[in-house]
Amino acid sequence: MTLGFYPGCSLKGSSREYAESVLAVAKAFDINMEEINDWNCCGATAAHNMNKELSLALPARILSLAEKQGLTEIVVPCAACYSRLTVTKYELSKDAALKTVVTEANGLEYTGLVSILNIIQMLDKYITPNLEGRVVKPFDHKVACYYGCLLVRPHEILKFDREEDPQSMDVLMLKAGATPIDWAFKTECCGAGLSVSRTSSVGRLSGKIIGDAKDRGAEAVIVACPMCQSNLDMRRDAINSYLGEKVDIPVLYITQAIGLALGLDRKALGLQRHFVKVSV
Amino acid sequence: MSKIGVFVCHCGENISATVDCAKVAETAGTYDGVAFSVDYKYMCSDPGQNIIKNAIKEKGLTGVVVASCSPRMHEPTFRKACAEAGLNPFMCEMANLREHCSWVHEKNEATTEKAIDLVRILVEKVKYNHSLNEIKVPVTKTALVIGGGIAGIQASLDIANTGHKVILIERDPSIGGHMSQLSETFPTLDCSQCILTPRMVEVAQHPNITLYTYAELESLEGFIGNFKAKIRRKSKSIDEKLCTGCGQCTTKCPVKKIPSEFNEGLGKRTAIYVPFPQAVPNKPVIDRGNCTYYIKGKCKVCEIVCPTGAIRFDQEDQIMEVEVGAIVVATGFTVKQPDFFPEYGYGKYADVITGLQFERLASASGPTLGEIRRPSDGKIPEKIVFLACAGSRDPAKGIPYCSKICCMYIAKHAMLYQHKVHGGKSYVFYMDIRAGGKQYEEFVRRAIEDDGVNYIRGRVSKIYEKNGKLIVSGADTLLNAMPVEIEADMVVLATAGVANEGAEELAQKMHISYDPYKFFAEAHPKLKPVETNTAGIFLAGACQAPRDIPESVAMASGAAVKVAGLFSQDELTREPIIAVVNRQAPPVYSSCVGCFLCVSACPYQAIEKEEIKNRNGEVIKLVAKVNPGLCQGCGTCVAFCRTKSIDIQGYTHEQMYTEVMALLNEY
Repeated sequence: MTLGFYPGCSLKGSSREYAESVLAVAKAFDINMEEINDWNCCGATAAHNMNKELSLALPARILSLAEKQGLTEIVVPCAACYSRLTVTKYELSKDAALKTVVTEANGLEYTGLVSILNIIQMLDKYITPNLEGRVVKPFDHKVACYYGCLLVRPHEILKFDREEDPQSMDVLMLKAGATPIDWAFKTECCGAGLSVSRTSSVGRLSGKIIGDAKDRGAEAVIVACPMCQSNLDMRRDAINSYLGEKVDIPVLYITQAIGLALGLDRKALGLQRHFVKVSV
Repeated sequence: MSKIGVFVCHCGENISATVDCAKVAETAGTYDGVAFSVDYKYMCSDPGQNIIKNAIKEKGLTGVVVASCSPRMHEPTFRKACAEAGLNPFMCEMANLREHCSWVHEKNEATTEKAIDLVRILVEKVKYNHSLNEIKVPVTKTALVIGGGIAGIQASLDIANTGHKVILIERDPSIGGHMSQLSETFPTLDCSQCILTPRMVEVAQHPNITLYTYAELESLEGFIGNFKAKIRRKSKSIDEKLCTGCGQCTTKCPVKKIPSEFNEGLGKRTAIYVPFPQAVPNKPVIDRGNCTYYIKGKCKVCEIVCPTGAIRFDQEDQIMEVEVGAIVVATGFTVKQPDFFPEYGYGKYADVITGLQFERLASASGPTLGEIRRPSDGKIPEKIVFLACAGSRDPAKGIPYCSKICCMYIAKHAMLYQHKVHGGKSYVFYMDIRAGGKQYEEFVRRAIEDDGVNYIRGRVSKIYEKNGKLIVSGADTLLNAMPVEIEADMVVLATAGVANEGAEELAQKMHISYDPYKFFAEAHPKLKPVETNTAGIFLAGACQAPRDIPESVAMASGAAVKVAGLFSQDELTREPIIAVVNRQAPPVYSSCVGCFLCVSACPYQAIEKEEIKNRNGEVIKLVAKVNPGLCQGCGTCVAFCRTKSIDIQGYTHEQMYTEVMALLNEY
């Protein structure tokens, strides 16, 4: 079977290992991930603060291209991209005038019929139902599933999981053989927007997250967002100096963790690319 | 031939400033059937009314049109004047020259022309008016009070003390309501049970009050003065006449671990139980859902130990029908439980409790005998945090309103904590302190200034547990939204006060309206706070909106006075503006064809089917008939009737068409 695939910028750059692991897991289940041709930036973090039409036109173009390519369901692994695409679909479905403006700007037909799946929805729909018998190396670790801000909010639009205490990733990890811990920072801010400009703030915000995961005995933090991963992983020095100790809990994408459980090659999952060594 | 009098009022200058009143009167005088017309400065004054009365007597008027203000203002005045002069009051009509004309238009000829048209319409209408008589309905002088909390208790006692009978029903095994659960009461800190329990006993002993606990309203029919209520008396599984309340059964019952409703789950009770030691009536009921006998078919320990043989395992619910003239609804409220709050742990932390649970901890009759001990391990909390507005004033939670009582009870809780736990630290997170009420603000200041409670203005974003402490993470908005974290031992949520479970169904049973939050709706927010839109049904206490004790009691007394006022009359009179189905001479009998669309349309169940029989008693036609006691004159059936067989008295088809034709100058 074939699913559409919108990698977005992170998965082609700083989070290549996310793309690698998504594609590796998909391949293991004979799912063909067809990348959307000529895709563009989703506009995340900048566009919606600058210009509403622009912030909707960019994701709308992606959705239009997917339609043109005959894709009915697309997987958007990045939480920020997922948020922008879903918000756009929601806004355009409610405002016909806005839809006209955006369609004309893009010069592409837009029906809004493409379904958008985040990575958890994709795993839930196409991987876990067939997981039985495929787990060769159960991910037998205590894990802290970290959802971040964009995966479950705003609930009115995404209608995905519980916004204050989400569970979907925990359920998936349980099926992969892990023991998800009950912890307090599932949806706290990692400081994503300040990653470059105020690293010390990231150290404090992400430090609380890593600190709580450590205190509750997590052996790995599981994420589904490139921004979360890079902050919790790449900014570990700032985090450790906030915590005043060296914490070496690795931060894995959920597809990496599931890939390990499936017995996939560590390199194919991009585990060597992490800053904090993945020892699990 | 009609002899109609037209009386044009200047209303000081209210009408005459823009309308040429003399011209209106003069023009009216030229209409067919008008025998007399005049204008006058104040028609509602004594001399003005005398003009009308004299004209009726001297000219032998058969109809009156008063062209003045809105009928809402003075229709009763002028109808009474007509009646005093011997004319049927329903032969008097009003043309509204003030609100419908002079107040809304400039002074010019068109305005006067409109005033003339308005008078013309009513002159033609009144030609088709018929004498009508007020409807008399008898009054059953017994009141039904639903709910045995403080509001229901107060209403019952007040009505009973006027000499009328009261039936009080309560769905729990004891009366007392939430007030019986409270420790001390603000702003005086007097013990809640000490002031309440004497009232409960008074209810039980009052010769005019019949008390049914463990009972609920099953259905309600009828109308003001004449309700028929069916009451479900749930089976208590004991014979109340034989039971002496000795307590042997509750002591020996082997099922001892059921969370006690009275203690808000903080204490345990048995399967056969009395909710609390001061309960009225002080006789147990068997909770069949938890009783071993009903689950497994054996046990019967209570039956064995009962010295009077009062246990009745095979007792069934009884449906009892009572006739009452008025109803006071005092069913109270409930509070949101912590599982409503994901950010505060979905209720998974034992030491995050509701305000009502804290009341039980602070109460001398509670599970800790009044010592503040946290539920998880029984330790005395050294640091306690109170959260105001947990749910309230939060549109995202669907509760945009203020629950009103929380600011005060939180101050009380913090104060009680400081009095009982010396050296303890208490914090209150609040949005605003709403302490409107006699000695309320002073009370809150006392908590802050004398008892050292730390008030932090800001909200709490989340509560989580860490190393045995509850981390309360919030912001202090008086310090530029500075993040605040408090490591607390216990957290009390002032969870929103919401309508009782089943409030909606109850309202529908009684045909009273309710607001979007399922609180029962008063007839007017200012001037009719205890009435509902259904005549004869009144409200008291927190079933109408969150209320504190003084307000609930005041409302209950207000409702009681309304009931007493109703019962001071032997008969009620109602305006005869009701629907009637026409009746004609045989062989037609009525133009009604018996489709009974009107029956399904009527919101008051006022239309019945009537058999028309011949002299031999054989049914020859089935037609609709309006019960004048139930009909509220809304006119829905008139619009539904396919054969135009139904008319509203005083507003018949004939009269309406006549008005329209008059407006088109077809006469």
